[in-house]
Amino acid sequence: MTAVPIARDLFTWPSDSPALLAGRGSDGRLEFPYRTHRLVGGVREELEKVELPTRGTLWTFTTQVFRPPAPPYSGNDDNKSFQPFSVGYVELPGALKIEARLTEPDPEKLRIGMEMELRIVPFGTDADGNETLIYAFAPVEEGETA
Amino acid sequence: MSNDDIAIIGVGMHPFGRYDGKSALQMGEDAVIDALTDAGVAWGDVGSLWASSMEVFNPEAITGLLGLTGIPARSTFTGCASGGNVLAQAANSVRLGETDVAVAVGLDKHPRGAFSAHPSVSGLPDWYGEAGLFLTTHFFGMKINRYLHDFGISHETLARVAAKAFRNGERTGYAWRNKPMSVEEILASPVLNYPLRQYMYCGPDEGAAAAVVVRADQAHKYGGTPVFLKASTLFSRKEGAFELLSPSLPIEPAPSPTVFASQAAYEQAGIGPEDVDVIQLQDTDAGSEIIHMAENGFCADGDQEKLVAEGATEIGGRMPVNTDGGLLANGEPVGASGLRQVFELANQLRGRCGGRQVEGAKVGYAQLYGSPGTAAVTILST
Repeated sequence: MTAVPIARDLFTWPSDSPALLAGRGSDGRLEFPYRTHRLVGGVREELEKVELPTRGTLWTFTTQVFRPPAPPYSGNDDNKSFQPFSVGYVELPGALKIEARLTEPDPEKLRIGMEMELRIVPFGTDADGNETLIYAFAPVEEGETA
Repeated sequence: MSNDDIAIIGVGMHPFGRYDGKSALQMGEDAVIDALTDAGVAWGDVGSLWASSMEVFNPEAITGLLGLTGIPARSTFTGCASGGNVLAQAANSVRLGETDVAVAVGLDKHPRGAFSAHPSVSGLPDWYGEAGLFLTTHFFGMKINRYLHDFGISHETLARVAAKAFRNGERTGYAWRNKPMSVEEILASPVLNYPLRQYMYCGPDEGAAAAVVVRADQAHKYGGTPVFLKASTLFSRKEGAFELLSPSLPIEPAPSPTVFASQAAYEQAGIGPEDVDVIQLQDTDAGSEIIHMAENGFCADGDQEKLVAEGATEIGGRMPVNTDGGLLANGEPVGASGLRQVFELANQLRGRCGGRQVEGAKVGYAQLYGSPGTAAVTILST
């Protein structure tokens, strides 16, 4: 069994320093998730695939306390074993605010403006029995440096 | 757009709630008959119909219950903004000369529990749903969490908004949730999406609402008491707006579509927020009502803390909001919800609201907002 990203072109993998992938047009605007093309100035344009910064600040957050309706949810859990999680937007400077699951589920331990960094974490199992990986953001511990 | 060219001469409603064994179309039939009776108009005089529903693919099939007269009957769905939109389309069919009398109706019957759909119907990748991110409720929690942080609003204010909704629901009589709850009880209910708790959310339910519109210069020909459609706007989201179901957002923010729909509506009506006597705001959750007070020009960001505490948004306050309990007390049959607002405003402007009447109400304002980032505003006057 190998661990595989939950979707292609979501983040660089395998990698020692994974990053989220975005599409950049000639106007500089970024698209996440990456898509192959969009209209730029009214003309269809192929987008350049670029890596996003991996650290930023927590812009806002909330929590999910019951198992999301399935499908589409494909977590490796059931209504009994489901663990509440938190979701937020992390502002990556000069790039985008990215919506992501957060590794810290307790809202009392999250603070708008706190430093966050990208993590690639195990999530579920795909149709072939492989463990899937998704991106998440984790609070940066006090005193830790980039 | 010209003012005072369209009149609403009748409104009707099938109360929102749970009705086992009754279909959405049957509830719609009741609402239309109620509206026709109010208007003093026979179904045979109706020349066009616009319908909206989330759960019923062809809500215009309601003609099968009302009478197969061969009229143009159409449907359109714009999420939670649908009710405002079908009212506008019915008005437009009168303006276009298609008919002298048009009906707008919204009807819905949602299964119990949270809405569930495939991400692809919203243009989103499969993994977004698989990962547990395809939930509209996350947006409501995240938007109000940031708003509380930016403008110093307390969790107690969220609970006060919900408490007001249930108090107004009790006065309304037919509201789904009509048992008053204290601020303490609401704050003790479980957190669903921090900082929003169980009793700070509306629930999907069932029901229908309808309106009959005619040319304003012909309104006197009918038996009903007219109110006038002063403004009707709808805006979709602009780049940068913080919207539902967004995997990413630009760093540079833009206002919500509600702000544009509101400004355009005041311009159409030739009035400002200070001229409004009774207000209906989309209160999918208590936080939405707080944010929408500012987005619709009724106060500055942050003033809600004081305004709600001093009772400004209560019936009898200087800006009564959601006098029938809004979505929090009535629930949301999505296709019908906007016409419930119109039903309440038309009755308020005609002095028919009994124990929840806003004395002397002459101008009513209704705002809708929902997925995928669509806002509609309707302004009515006597």
